[in-house]
Amino acid sequence: MTLLLVQALNGVQLGLTLFLIAAGLTLVFGVMDFINLAHGVQYMVGAYLAVSFYDASGSFLLALVGASLATGALGLLLEALVFRRLMGRGHLDQVLATFGLILTIGELVRLIWGTSPLQLPVPRLLSGAVPLMSGMGYPVYRIMLIVVGLAVAGLMALVIGRTKIGMQLRAGASNAAMVNALGVDIHRMFRLVFGVGAMLAGFAGVLAAPLVSVEAGMSDNLLILAFVVIVVGGVGSVRGAFIAAILVGLVDTLGRSLVTALALALLPPMAAGHVGPALASMLIYLFMAAVLAVRPAGLFGVRA
Amino acid sequence: MKGWRLPLAMLLVFAAVPLLPLGRDSGYVMLLGARIMVFATAAVSLDLILGAGGLVSFGHAAPLLLGAYAVAALDKAGVDGALPVLALALALAGIYALLTGAVALRTRGVNFIMITLAFAQMVYFATGSIPDYGGTDGYPLGERTRLFGLKVLHDGLPFYLSALVVLVASYLVCRALLATPFGRSLVALRQNEQRARAMGIDPLRVRLGAMVVASLIASLAGVLLANESDFISPAYGAWQRSAELMVMVLLGGAGSLSGAVLGAGVVVLLEEGLGRFTQHWPLIFGPVLVLAALGLRGGLAGMWARRG
Repeated sequence: MTLLLVQALNGVQLGLTLFLIAAGLTLVFGVMDFINLAHGVQYMVGAYLAVSFYDASGSFLLALVGASLATGALGLLLEALVFRRLMGRGHLDQVLATFGLILTIGELVRLIWGTSPLQLPVPRLLSGAVPLMSGMGYPVYRIMLIVVGLAVAGLMALVIGRTKIGMQLRAGASNAAMVNALGVDIHRMFRLVFGVGAMLAGFAGVLAAPLVSVEAGMSDNLLILAFVVIVVGGVGSVRGAFIAAILVGLVDTLGRSLVTALALALLPPMAAGHVGPALASMLIYLFMAAVLAVRPAGLFGVRA
Repeated sequence: MKGWRLPLAMLLVFAAVPLLPLGRDSGYVMLLGARIMVFATAAVSLDLILGAGGLVSFGHAAPLLLGAYAVAALDKAGVDGALPVLALALALAGIYALLTGAVALRTRGVNFIMITLAFAQMVYFATGSIPDYGGTDGYPLGERTRLFGLKVLHDGLPFYLSALVVLVASYLVCRALLATPFGRSLVALRQNEQRARAMGIDPLRVRLGAMVVASLIASLAGVLLANESDFISPAYGAWQRSAELMVMVLLGGAGSLSGAVLGAGVVVLLEEGLGRFTQHWPLIFGPVLVLAALGLRGGLAGMWARRG
């Protein structure tokens, strides 16, 4: 029971990390119809910058703020140098260019920080554990991540649901050409979405850094998961991305143990040992395929 | 002759490589040439669906991986005959394309790109979780595949010629296919789906057919790749590999088939050439891709078409 609770919490926490990465990406996808494969590198760059900022200042908070702002600035720089020129071009050109950016930035990171994995320590204030039932503890830091993730999600819901710019974003996601024709500067909106999106991904990278090792390629699989989240949630829908992110997080943690347990219960031990892990690692993608088979536009697709 | 010059020129280059008096380097050059042809085969098949059909598959490394694991599975069972290996590779890739295509073709645009990626990820994780074939560590190949006992895939000239034959055959099949009513329907569906439907073309059947053909050809490349490296690993089907195949097609110019071959050559040569020159080769290769996307409309084949 306690184990299930721990896994559910881990699932929610993974889901919120995914949400922070996916939130900006889904708007860029939805509003500008722009495929940005390089969005994941912001997450990696955020983590690396945090390590450097932390080494220089010794303060986790300073590292968090500094690295998030710096990744936001990097996002704006990339927008001005590359993305702006790819607006309105086919998806294929965008895939080619952003894949090129993944290679370039990944190698730059290796050049600057070296190839060996780096560590960012958990801030001392948050290093304890909260006791759960039957003597097991759950790290305070992970609980903090859940709280921060929910707070950011709440803030975004407020901005998107209650403000003028949020209204324009929602309108842009369902029909960008019409919004542009009505006098909204869609390019300015794109810059905003892009900068904030990059900052959020960098923010997620900093927060995740104490839990993983900071290395080139740390974002590769998360990028794919973020795409899964976006597509399952429905391109352009932040609410969809939130729900899909939590679902994907839970499927990946709870689903994994459930499938392994089911395989053990239903199959002979030899076969279960093979099928269980295989099915567990495929589970997210099975989930996505199932959702798209039933709802080709995702759970909350905003485009008609 | 129109439309045959570029492919014929490339055929001449590939055919001339084994004849070059390179002395000690000749083995290395042939290995490189063979590698280009293996990836070119996969890229040509991707171009059939991506370029001609407008179906942007981000999972084309999956059939490649299935072809490679067909070699592994039969090697484990002590079989090295080309016929059973090919039969298994084609069967796996065909079934894969039928099943995943039927689901993926329900979606459009970005979602199609992502669902093909998701299916490829499933194959990637599935192959990595079979302990008999080494799990994520991969499987060292015991015996290379033989055709009727002949060592057609052994190092040097035999492998080079086999790869050339497979590439030429794949190219001709795709090219011939595009000239049939089936191929015309595929292109028509890309250009204007509504109009094509009105003419009585069944989108699902045509597109699914094209995906199956492309998958079958890619699995051949997988069989070759497994034999070339004497090693089979899930890494052949990682999403980066699918992206690389896409890069080959796009760099060469989508839709021209011969452009895919050109793109495969450029990508493999750049990676290899820059890799010898500096370990930081992505710092050059990456910006090249960005600039190509920004500036090269229609890819290298487009440049060729606009020349003079």
